[in-house]
Amino acid sequence: MTGLASPPLSRAANVPGPAAGATPGTPQGPPRPRRAALLPTAALVLGAVYCLLPVAWVLVAATKSGADLFSTFTFLPGDGFSDNLGDLGAYRDGIYWRWMGNSLFYAGLGAVLSTAVSALAGYGLAVYRFRGREAFFNVMLAGVLMPPVVLAIPQYLLMAQADMTDTYASVLLPLILSPYGVYLGRVYAEAAVPMELVEAGRMDGAGEWRIFLRIAAPMMSPGLVTIFLFQFVAIWNNFLLPFIMLGDDEKFPMTVGLFTLLKQGAGQPALYTLVITGALLAVLPLIALFLLIQRFWSLDLLSGAVKS
Amino acid sequence: MPHTMRRRLAAATAVLLGATALTACGSSDSDDKAASGPVSLTYWAWAPGMDKVVALWNAEHPDIKVTVQKQASGDDLVTKIITATKAHKAPDLVQAEYQALPTLVSNDALADIAPDVAGVKDRFAPGIWQQTTFGGEAVYALPQDSGPLMFFYRQDLFKQYGLSVPTTWEEFATTARDLRKKAPDKSLTTFSANDSGLFAGLSQQAGARWWTFEGDTWKVGIDDAATRKVTDFWGGLVGEGAIDNQPMYTPAWNKALNSGEQLAWVSAVWAPGVLTTAAPDTRGKWAMAPLPQWTKGASSTGSWGGSSTAVTTDSKHRKAAAQFATWLNTDPVALAALVKESGIYPAATAAQTSGALAEAPAFFPNQPDFYTRAAEIAKTTAPAAWGPNVNVAYTAFKDEFGKAAKARSGFGTALTTVRSATVADLEKQGFEVAK
Repeated sequence: MTGLASPPLSRAANVPGPAAGATPGTPQGPPRPRRAALLPTAALVLGAVYCLLPVAWVLVAATKSGADLFSTFTFLPGDGFSDNLGDLGAYRDGIYWRWMGNSLFYAGLGAVLSTAVSALAGYGLAVYRFRGREAFFNVMLAGVLMPPVVLAIPQYLLMAQADMTDTYASVLLPLILSPYGVYLGRVYAEAAVPMELVEAGRMDGAGEWRIFLRIAAPMMSPGLVTIFLFQFVAIWNNFLLPFIMLGDDEKFPMTVGLFTLLKQGAGQPALYTLVITGALLAVLPLIALFLLIQRFWSLDLLSGAVKS
Repeated sequence: MPHTMRRRLAAATAVLLGATALTACGSSDSDDKAASGPVSLTYWAWAPGMDKVVALWNAEHPDIKVTVQKQASGDDLVTKIITATKAHKAPDLVQAEYQALPTLVSNDALADIAPDVAGVKDRFAPGIWQQTTFGGEAVYALPQDSGPLMFFYRQDLFKQYGLSVPTTWEEFATTARDLRKKAPDKSLTTFSANDSGLFAGLSQQAGARWWTFEGDTWKVGIDDAATRKVTDFWGGLVGEGAIDNQPMYTPAWNKALNSGEQLAWVSAVWAPGVLTTAAPDTRGKWAMAPLPQWTKGASSTGSWGGSSTAVTTDSKHRKAAAQFATWLNTDPVALAALVKESGIYPAATAAQTSGALAEAPAFFPNQPDFYTRAAEIAKTTAPAAWGPNVNVAYTAFKDEFGKAAKARSGFGTALTTVRSATVADLEKQGFEVAK
């Protein structure tokens, strides 16, 4: 999410103005009291608590045994984490790890492919002038407004026509073309790749493909990282598409897999501790990814500031 | 009238789907010569441990190999099956709750397996069998497990407060008021607007028939006299504050059961499994009794939950699939494995008193004859009458009764709204509905 805000931010950095944090001093009298910052700070703290409290709950609940889960104080950690982890790993011969692997596969490969398509399409839309370019772009923009949930069932029926339901490809393929990714790709290409540079490349005899790969793609890379991350998270959290597409639980991603743990029929106790522990572990790859990719974002800000 | 319901349902579906229903009908006869060579079947089920039960079958039947694909239960699965049916990609077998069967049949998802399961009928209680056949000759599924309603109460606390186990609903109400007087911070139980299935079961016990059909028209009896009686009873208790109004299956409810804040639970035979996780500190303190009755000395109960095994219209091996379904739900070895691995309460009457259920649930060591009594209660299950849009009625129930329970304002209007929402949806789907 932070990444999405970077293009406007990078432009803002060009404009000389009040730096964040500096109080705009008034000529007469002392600067306004710092109390003014109290309200925004309080609002932010409230927002942070709102976002972090559920995470804290999952973190604490994952340490409780089934007996303690609902009977002890909500935020009092238990001592059952390693047992929960063991139970989760043992559940149906470790199918959880298979779901985790599937999720990594769908999200990893899907995000890479989707980023490649978005980069190519976005670059094409930004650099080339061709008939119907704006029409195409507008259709893509309309696609941004269309929630992917609406498309899951039509996509399923299409896949069934091609006899491809219940395959890995049936989940991967629909995710490769992301309207939002293409939109971001165009915005980034327009901001990061100067036309002069493309023309200079042409003068020097480089082919279009080479210009894209060697000149444009590296310049767009901070933006591409954002698209990758965005797509990775979207696919990682995707539920309805794999739920409809897949029948074989060996191909389930984590989201659908954990859902089967929760819904075992009226007479069966839901496996809360396993689901909670599983959900906690499912967040870890995302956190790791964010930490890893953080440095590219600062690069993004820098490159924006240097450009004139 | 063997196929009346199917035909009528299919006719309504044809209106909606046009050619889809017709092609599906055409393909359902082409499966008889498939028996040569090994057959491979897929089975969508949610019961835990089902793969282990099926492994027993696969070991003995190399010619018919069944693969379990574990799914999440609930209305979402019904949608998924219907979607798959439209694309002709449904698995051979599905696990389906009883109340979902009419929806699946009206979407032409389930095959009539009557010719393949001759003689199976007598293995089940009539009230259960009727739910998979809709009272006709066609058989759309074989019953797997059932959930007869019972009354669960804290034996120790009943003794402490000098309460006796209610045998009629009138006594139930008196007990609730009594307890409130003796211990204002405790409740006998709660009315949960989240659990439409329980309310349906309670109405079923009172003799309600929510969906019936005559000729070509459906009749929706959701506000019939029996249901009204149940509604007014619970609405009255909630209104006067004699019982709690919080939903079940929440952390707060778990806590209330575990701490003894609630002394009883109207639930089904599978309650011990839920109590094990919901109220882990109360092991050995609960006891089970028959559901209170509307008239003294009567014996009738409703059901909550329970599911069946159905063969789909998409299956190219209907006979083989029906053979497996028969084994799964009538063979003593299979049923014993289902009890052990999946923790179900079998619908087959012979299995209810079999060795597999000789021992009481581990959470009820104080009631060694738990399953003997359960089997007697199961026999008294009143017939249920499900229709093609139970999910709509259930959703309306949650919304309307939820609001009314919160306001403690009585449930009369809510019930009327649930009925009209159900009728409106049936009409929208193209069914004829009697006014």
